[in-house]
Amino acid sequence: MVEITPETGAETSARGTGITIKNLYKIFGRNPKAYIDAVMDGMTKTELNAKHGHVLGLRDINIDMPAGCIQVVMGLSGSGKSTLIRHINRLIDPTAGEVLVDDTDVVKMNEAELRQFRRHKTAMVFQKFALLPHRTVLENTVYGLEIQGVPRAKQLEAARRWIVRVGLDGFEDNYPNQLSGGMQQRVGLARALTNDAPILLMDEAFSALDPLIRMDMQSVLLDLQKEIKKTVVFITHDLDEALRLGDRIAILRDGEIVQQGTGQDIVLKPADDYISSFVKEVNRGRVIMVDTIMTPGLRNGGTGLPSVATGTILEHAARIMTEEHVSEIHVHDGKGKPVGHIDMRSVISAMVTPITHDAKQAAE
Amino acid sequence: MDWLYRFPHMDDSTLTALKKSIDEGFRAFTRAYGDAIESFFDPLQYFLIQSERFMTTTPWPIIIALIAAIAWFASRNWKIVASAVITLLLIGFFDMWTDTMKTVSMIFVCTVLSIAIGIPIGILMSRSDRFQSVVNPVLDVMQTMPSFVYLIPVVMLLGIGRVPGLIAVVIYAIPPIIRLTNLGIRLVDKDVLEAADAFGSSSWQRLKNVQMPLALPTIMAGINQTIMMALAMVVIASMIGVQGLGQPVLKAIANQYFTLGMFNGLAIVGIAIIFDRVSQAYGKRLQKHLETIHG
Repeated sequence: MVEITPETGAETSARGTGITIKNLYKIFGRNPKAYIDAVMDGMTKTELNAKHGHVLGLRDINIDMPAGCIQVVMGLSGSGKSTLIRHINRLIDPTAGEVLVDDTDVVKMNEAELRQFRRHKTAMVFQKFALLPHRTVLENTVYGLEIQGVPRAKQLEAARRWIVRVGLDGFEDNYPNQLSGGMQQRVGLARALTNDAPILLMDEAFSALDPLIRMDMQSVLLDLQKEIKKTVVFITHDLDEALRLGDRIAILRDGEIVQQGTGQDIVLKPADDYISSFVKEVNRGRVIMVDTIMTPGLRNGGTGLPSVATGTILEHAARIMTEEHVSEIHVHDGKGKPVGHIDMRSVISAMVTPITHDAKQAAE
Repeated sequence: MDWLYRFPHMDDSTLTALKKSIDEGFRAFTRAYGDAIESFFDPLQYFLIQSERFMTTTPWPIIIALIAAIAWFASRNWKIVASAVITLLLIGFFDMWTDTMKTVSMIFVCTVLSIAIGIPIGILMSRSDRFQSVVNPVLDVMQTMPSFVYLIPVVMLLGIGRVPGLIAVVIYAIPPIIRLTNLGIRLVDKDVLEAADAFGSSSWQRLKNVQMPLALPTIMAGINQTIMMALAMVVIASMIGVQGLGQPVLKAIANQYFTLGMFNGLAIVGIAIIFDRVSQAYGKRLQKHLETIHG
């Protein structure tokens, strides 16, 4: 496990670079433009493939990613999530639609503008790490700055700082092949962060790592994000990972967005059976917050009870109640003003999967 | 039924006229442009003469020390250095030093020229499928055409001497380096290329930072093949006046001097082995970063 030491970091200013994706369509095939109108009029993916031999990658994607947040895009393989993230830095060209970053449409950029955009606005972390095997950790980490033509001394300074931050201190002169998967992905992360771009694109960045290392890397990312406040787009097929990392989550299926919202929205109000089948395995105590199920107002004569802030997850509230040997707890807002209360019974009933849902599953 | 047993061919007089007119056309072309083409190759001639003068007039201990140093820096292996030195000493002891130096000089110039021409062509091939489909058949012709056949037009154009010999050797030896440069670049991991793109690399930066370094081991294999083929061609090139170890071999064939042929043949084998081991060891050292795979 690696401790992240906050004092070594530098950039703390939140930069307001949000991403807005509007009516994005992607059709793969020989002549995608010919079928875009038909697809917009409602031709299905199966029909397009069977009749015309074209594959519908993405259909009518609309996402608003606020600056400084972690936006997770979740979906199973073939859902189009990797295709979607590649539209943000235009590694893939869309068939129709807009990708607005700082009010500039990435889709309309010419080659030189796009190169500048990729150099200064985005950095990317890849599922298979995609490190340069002939370069050492340090030489990999400076890559983005080297491409930008930053003076060598500055490249090395920034790279060394981020290498320390991701916990690779002492491995600067190793080659990627000498490192484990988890460490290679730390290099990938350091390389992206050294680029110092406001947008961080992470394409299944932790999917190739084993579970413990993955948890570890998620903590690294969350700790870093508190301070760097970048606009992170994170692709994953793992709902637990999505819930842990995402300020907002969009769920993709067959190239369409089936639901988007906060983790809590998705767990409490799954939009359809597809999503509820995912959600039923989730540890709800780690997703649902106390304010969602609390009773407003103070309990009569309940002075002296412990108190938690709004936004606390149920698991944490339950732990406090257990430790304090009480069966009730107060909830206070950001300013410390009490806003409601909650008892152990309601916590437990919210944490277990609703019975109606299970019954519905059993009946099917 | 005569046509079944005798292939119906073009009638003899037309065929003769065809051959004659092509020959005369080419001869006219040589007469008109031969001098111009010859002067075009003057810098090559100069390069060849300088290189040969250096190899033959420098005292032999310096040459041996130089080759040993190159072998050491390329391979970092004492065994390879020692066997190179011993081979050279043996060659000198059997009185083949000057011829060997002429051959080494020729091979050196051929290799440099092949690299300078071959690598850019290979890079262009890797970038365009259409260019690849044009160049590939040309390379096939260059590799399969009997080498004596393309000596003819070269000699007609440039006469007998070092430069036509050089051109013949380069034509014969250049295909592997072109093919393997193309192949090496095409085999570069797509994920790494995508990462280079995602960071905003220009196409020159992509080539310089990713494609060439990752293709280098394959390109080195191509250079190694090119050197070997150039050495094999040296004997044939001696027929058009290239000096070196090929000429005694040619003399031995004409006069049935078994031992003379054998000695010079073995000297060619000896320097081939030196070149091969040194360039392979260098190629392997380039891949050092791939050695320790984390398990």
